[in-house]
Amino acid sequence: MTQPVSPPRDSTDKVPPVGQHLTWRDMMARADVRTLSLLGVLAVLVVIGGITKPDEFLDTRNLQLVLTQASVIGVVTVGMTFVITSGGIDLSVGAIVALASVWATTVATQEYGFGGILLTAVLVGLGCGLVNGLLIAYGAMVPFIATLAMLASARGLALQITDGRTQIVTIDGVLELGERDSYVLGVPPLVLVFAVVTVIGWLLLNRTTFGRRTVAVGGNPEAARLAGIDVRRQRLYLYLLSGLCCGIAAFLLIVLSGSGQNTNGNLYELDAIAAAIIGGTLLSGGRGTITGSVLGVLIFTTITNIFALNNLQSDVQQIAKGAIIVAAVLVQRRTASTT
Amino acid sequence: MAPEPPLLTMSGITKSFPGVRALDGVDLDVQAGEVHCLLGQNGAGKSTLIKVLAGAHQPDTGTIRWRGEPVTLRSPIAAMRLGVATIYQELDLVEHLSVAENVHLGHEPTAAGFVVRGRAARASTAALLARLGHPEIDPSRLVGALSAAQQQIVSMARALSHDVRLIVMDEPSAALDPDEVDNLFRSVQDLTAQGVAVVYISHRLEEIRRIGDRVTVLKDGRAVAGGLPAKTTPTREVVALMTGRNVEYVFPERPAAGSVPAGPPVLQVRGLARDGEFAPLDLDLHPGEIVGLAGLVGSGRSEILETVYGARKPSAGQVLVDGRPLRPGSVRAAVRAGLGLAPEERKAQALLMLESVTRNVSVSSMSRFSHGGWIDRSAEFGAARAATRELSLRPDNPSVPVRTLSGGNQQKAVLARWLLRGCRVLLLDEPTRGVDVGARAELYAVVRRLADEGLAVLLVSSEVPEVLGLADRVLVLREGHVVHTAPARDLDEHRVLDLVMEGSPAT
Repeated sequence: MTQPVSPPRDSTDKVPPVGQHLTWRDMMARADVRTLSLLGVLAVLVVIGGITKPDEFLDTRNLQLVLTQASVIGVVTVGMTFVITSGGIDLSVGAIVALASVWATTVATQEYGFGGILLTAVLVGLGCGLVNGLLIAYGAMVPFIATLAMLASARGLALQITDGRTQIVTIDGVLELGERDSYVLGVPPLVLVFAVVTVIGWLLLNRTTFGRRTVAVGGNPEAARLAGIDVRRQRLYLYLLSGLCCGIAAFLLIVLSGSGQNTNGNLYELDAIAAAIIGGTLLSGGRGTITGSVLGVLIFTTITNIFALNNLQSDVQQIAKGAIIVAAVLVQRRTASTT
Repeated sequence: MAPEPPLLTMSGITKSFPGVRALDGVDLDVQAGEVHCLLGQNGAGKSTLIKVLAGAHQPDTGTIRWRGEPVTLRSPIAAMRLGVATIYQELDLVEHLSVAENVHLGHEPTAAGFVVRGRAARASTAALLARLGHPEIDPSRLVGALSAAQQQIVSMARALSHDVRLIVMDEPSAALDPDEVDNLFRSVQDLTAQGVAVVYISHRLEEIRRIGDRVTVLKDGRAVAGGLPAKTTPTREVVALMTGRNVEYVFPERPAAGSVPAGPPVLQVRGLARDGEFAPLDLDLHPGEIVGLAGLVGSGRSEILETVYGARKPSAGQVLVDGRPLRPGSVRAAVRAGLGLAPEERKAQALLMLESVTRNVSVSSMSRFSHGGWIDRSAEFGAARAATRELSLRPDNPSVPVRTLSGGNQQKAVLARWLLRGCRVLLLDEPTRGVDVGARAELYAVVRRLADEGLAVLLVSSEVPEVLGLADRVLVLREGHVVHTAPARDLDEHRVLDLVMEGSPAT
């Protein structure tokens, strides 16, 4: 009666699992090549960091810093992974982060304290996601164009709100969360938020009907429609989800920098897309992996950190990032064609 | 003196794709200066064959000879160098370039490495257009501003701009008006008079009569008849070759009565119509009944099925399930009311090719295995396995990716999806398309068993024996109109073919 089964893991699994207990070893034996190779790249980077700057890189505070920096873009990437898995794209994430961060730090908002800032950031993110989603799902606009328009307008609005000035946060509760010695459950609060968003995102993609619909819509929208899935509503939800992630990321950025600026989130769209793609999410849709996206984010953040510690300029970092994206995609195409 | 060898001889060509054998030993020979027509239903292997000829696909086995010499067509460029040009259904012209630029695309006349845009290119284009009998097309006009027929001519001119000996035309008349077709035929005749061979693909038998010299009929990846005289072979014989059985299918037995089952119909179609596709249609479908729609391509079969399902919006009429009207044009309403569709293009319209069988089967009934959106995956797997086992899907492991399955088993996965959903009306569009001949009998048995268990089935097929063998009742369609309705046992293949071709029930 019992079939040979595979372990529960990402939606990248070719073989879906059955409820049955699995040992750690089974999991490792079946973990797919892509995840292992990403872990390998990360391990190599840690070794490089450890060799070039043994004292500084491996310092606990530095590792915390890497994780904290990864948190903001990481939350955005989780939302982006859903959108890309559904066959879409969201170019407006960076601009939404900027708009949410300045809207949530105006003098008027700050009067409502901690809750006001958090709520405003989240609502602005959701509002932008709603506009994106309505235009794409019900206005039949191409995601690239709709979110490009949102990118331009949200950045413009952010500039209009701040008039180019940095808005300093004066709420103690917010500032304390961003202090170096602040811990919640033994980890920096930003990292905790990132971890929670990651776990929820993983469960949502791999264990819920929402995730299945996302994959179906991305893999074959016509088949999804003929199978009775409401493709348009699903698309609306996905851009809402991406907007929500941007709102959360904006709040994390406010906590981290103690301020809101219209230049926040610059080029986040490229970082998030790149992390998702090297993680193994198909740009054409139909396959997505939260695990891969998070590893992609960690790889990029670690590289930035190592380069900074070694006093290499950001131009070199950009070139290295570009090379890594190309290498990752080439390797993936190769493994895809051999399986 | 030995006779001149044929311009092109293809022999024993086979080509397999995962799950299906598209070409199964096809022979084709084409003489210089003839119009050789290629006939066959969708999926018979025509497009695969012309892609082999165009160098776009490599055959698994078989030989191609060009003027008697064996050749290998490694790439489209190799085929073009040899003198084979292919004009696909979807014209590959660049709308924003001029006629002359399109004609010379990829081999622009150059001088000292620079593309010559001017007079020379226009002059040579004008000469080609004149050769095709269309000197009225201005070489400097943008292609996007031309009519479909004129674009067709530009494609032919482009083919001629290479030193072409053989032109393959894939349903060139599909988008044309009758007098545009006349013009096209004149051009084809001009070409053949100059010794160029034309391989002409069409569904329209009357066209083949008019311009064809010889006909090769493909069916199920085989050439069932090669080199028949196009003008004199009786229509009935050609259609029988296209649609007829070439193996004895084993059809399951019908229930004894054979008449319309008692009780109220589960599905009622009332005056359903779509402008330009099919005329108002009335139809009752009872539980346990299989009703077949027979007709040629273009008779509106698939359109009717998709409109009933809500995938197309009707211009008039309604669909009722248990006497309650469905919201028109809503697939979700249809699915909720208990309809399920196994569409014609399985891979494009039904399957999630990256996913497992389980997920393909469960996609329409996810709410049954989920609580608050949370999927109970062991329940899902168990239900998918039960559904696929009931249909004897092979391999007996729904964890495998659906793309590794054969065509017949992929179809079973689609049926399992609706079985699991508990659907009451199953719409089958060409259920054995791309299914190996040997696996068809099993599918027929499955469909009949589902009907015996109370499912109502509406079946569309271009294979007349399939409709006659499987359905209880048959509606014969011609150009969007139902021309005859009768119990399947009162019809035979020849009578249906006559109806399909002539439209009036001969008495």
